[in-house]
Amino acid sequence: MIFRLNQSSGIPLYLQLIEQVKHAVETGALREGDQLPTIRKVAVDLVMNPNTVVRAYRELEHEGILDLKHGSGAFIKESAGGRARVLRKAQALVQSAMERLAPLGLTEDELRRVFENELAQSRTARQLEGKP
Amino acid sequence: MIDHIIETSQLTKSFQGQPALRGLDLRVPTGSIFGFLGRNGAGKTTTIKTLMGLLRSDGGTARVFGNPVSDADRSIEIRRRIGFVTEDKELYPYMTVEQIVRFTRPFFPKWRDDLEQRYLKMFELPPKKKIPDLSKGMRSKLMLLLAISRGAELLILDEPTDGLDPAATEDVLRELVAIAASEGTTMFFSSHQLSEVELIADYIGIIDQGKMMVAGSLDDMKAQYQRLQIVFPNSVELPTRWVPGVEHVRQEGRVLSILASHNVDAIIEQARSLPGTSVESFPVTLKEIFLEHVRSN
Repeated sequence: MIFRLNQSSGIPLYLQLIEQVKHAVETGALREGDQLPTIRKVAVDLVMNPNTVVRAYRELEHEGILDLKHGSGAFIKESAGGRARVLRKAQALVQSAMERLAPLGLTEDELRRVFENELAQSRTARQLEGKP
Repeated sequence: MIDHIIETSQLTKSFQGQPALRGLDLRVPTGSIFGFLGRNGAGKTTTIKTLMGLLRSDGGTARVFGNPVSDADRSIEIRRRIGFVTEDKELYPYMTVEQIVRFTRPFFPKWRDDLEQRYLKMFELPPKKKIPDLSKGMRSKLMLLLAISRGAELLILDEPTDGLDPAATEDVLRELVAIAASEGTTMFFSSHQLSEVELIADYIGIIDQGKMMVAGSLDDMKAQYQRLQIVFPNSVELPTRWVPGVEHVRQEGRVLSILASHNVDAIIEQARSLPGTSVESFPVTLKEIFLEHVRSN
């Protein structure tokens, strides 16, 4: 089972499932055509609500990562690999930024805050421009 | 199919002048696993007994499968389609496990022999043992077996894991989830165990002093609720009025901790508008949401 849940984190369980599928695709643990466990199996193995698993799978389908075939299960979509390549490119950019940040001697938490702050800024900027 | 398998509106009930339900509004979506939370004496069992037609409300309406529970003609029909585990786990004391299963079976045309056999084995219920000689956990499992095997569309479970050890609790929860996944059964269950509710429920309702404090999709609730931690410099004068959505503010030194129930972006914006402050947001657990709603009263 590729999934594991962290109950005490407060993060909605369906989001945890979504993140874990995306992560598995990005790292190559899941590849095009791979089948995910059935909804019932995920629900029973992890002792969680089947509707929550459905919600995660639907959202992944909506994002173009999963292909839900009625009756036969959920499969990683061909195009999901393309997204993984883009993300690997982004990862390289972040890596070089990290190397340039290294001399400043920031802690991991500080780095995270700087990054999140930047995300929040660009979100606000987008909202002011009236874009989604 | 109806949207809400259980629907009550302004339900009231008093016992000897003591109000137990004060206008309870409850809507349980068909196909959901609904966790019904509240402190002892909040009105959970009164609600459940009213839904099963075991208590008559003083006012308001309660519908199950779209039918009013006060309608005596429909009441039996309703109960035939519900499986339940009551809080007191009371069963006929003179019967053995085997006898009560045999006694219950003919009342339910949709009885599932396969489920009966499966759970007899899995729960390791001794067929020849008399009910009073069973442990509390065994009685819970027996009631659950009787509730599940009747092929009910709706399971109403009052503290189903009460008295079970952690391993048995895990077994029961896993089976509930399996039933929901394969049969699409709606489950309405009350519990004190927030961690188990957090796992298996997709909808929750928090009752306090006979009123529904908050209800809805657990994931949506978790997405809306955030804890914000704001660090501000000494020079800053904090706002006396926050935008809507701020439920709770606690200040410790130069750190402000805010529990937001919705409108988080606007709250963050307001906090950021104070010069020199930094804002961080954290997800909120069900326990925090629960305590917020039952403590403030």
